Amino acid sequence: MKLLTHNMLTSHVKGVTKGYPLLIKATEVKVNEVEFNPQFVSRMIPKLEWGALVHAAEELGHRQDLPGELVQDFEKNEDFLKKVHRVLLEVEVIEGCLQCPESGREFPISKGIPNMLLNEDEV
Amino acid sequence: MASSCRRPEHSAPPDVFYNEEEAKKYSQNSRMIEIQTQMSERAVELLSLPEGQPCFLLDVGCGSGLSGDYLSEEGHYWVGVDISTAMLDVALDREVEGDLVLGDMGHGMPFRPGTFDGCVSISALQWLCNADKRTHSPPKRLYTFFSTLYSCLSRGSRAVFQLYPENSEQLELITTQAMKAGFSGGMVVDYPNSAKAKKFFLCLFAGVAGVLPKGLGSETSDKAVPNQVQYSGQRCRFRNMKGKSLKKGRDWILEKKERRRRQGREVRADTKYTGRKRRPHF
Repeated sequence: MKLLTHNMLTSHVKGVTKGYPLLIKATEVKVNEVEFNPQFVSRMIPKLEWGALVHAAEELGHRQDLPGELVQDFEKNEDFLKKVHRVLLEVEVIEGCLQCPESGREFPISKGIPNMLLNEDEV
Repeated sequence: MASSCRRPEHSAPPDVFYNEEEAKKYSQNSRMIEIQTQMSERAVELLSLPEGQPCFLLDVGCGSGLSGDYLSEEGHYWVGVDISTAMLDVALDREVEGDLVLGDMGHGMPFRPGTFDGCVSISALQWLCNADKRTHSPPKRLYTFFSTLYSCLSRGSRAVFQLYPENSEQLELITTQAMKAGFSGGMVVDYPNSAKAKKFFLCLFAGVAGVLPKGLGSETSDKAVPNQVQYSGQRCRFRNMKGKSLKKGRDWILEKKERRRRQGREVRADTKYTGRKRRPHF
């Protein structure tokens, strides 16, 4: 699971109102090289929940020098876009689990695929 | 039983039906791959995404990622959701570029509002119309799916579903639930005159109302003025009075070619040689 997907995922257990951001408890993390596409990254940045991304990257130990606040004029700042690209698309959680901050429900991640299936009483 | 076995959703729930054996077909059977790719191409065309811009898309029922491959080819990024672990394992083996999530459409899409620029789904929606467990209610599951999908799409984006509807009631159930969730749009039918090439696409708009695109091969069916008889200056010949042309005549051949063209088949162009005999040379 890439951190871009993590930034978009919410818990959809019955009764949970916000369920965001999901806590990552990773046991295996991998860095996969992906082609850099500055247009896509700068398009995605306004959609991101910046705080959640920085927090998730720090938990996984891949924050490096990602600033805590969003930089102004990021479209032209290729250095910054490259850093965001690395965190968003290259760092992947392979094994571990995601935890809903409200209900404490855990969604296991195996082989890089988060299992978001719910039990019948949680729908 | 024989008739109902033709539809996979009657034989078992999707997480059981798509086992290792069934999943293997999707990575090896070249005919299946070709059809899936063709349908994804058409679905992406119907999405009408802004040109030259990489988009973030959702693929519902992504399976082994055949449709996703086409999305990556077009330069888009995608997240795939599927209920079958066997199919997702095949997708992992094929090293697809998108991110995969194991999930049930009927439980709703677990994404933040406004995440995606569009949604495609190939041959998945009809699975929602079956109740596989005692607690399943198809209308409710459809509504949950559509309402959560509506929220996770950005405004002005589209969702295109290729599906195999069982009957008209099923189609109506699906469209009413989609409209209830706030979508506008409707069905696009490609090649409506052909039994084989006919394909159903449910085209939904989130936010702004767009113009529903035309199905392929259906242009000839709606002529200038509806509800009016076409006026023709031609005199009706006696032998053509029954509605059909004389068999093997030039008119009959032209009509047949036109019919096949409407079915979306490959047909040679009409020329002055059409319907001429090949006389023996001496």
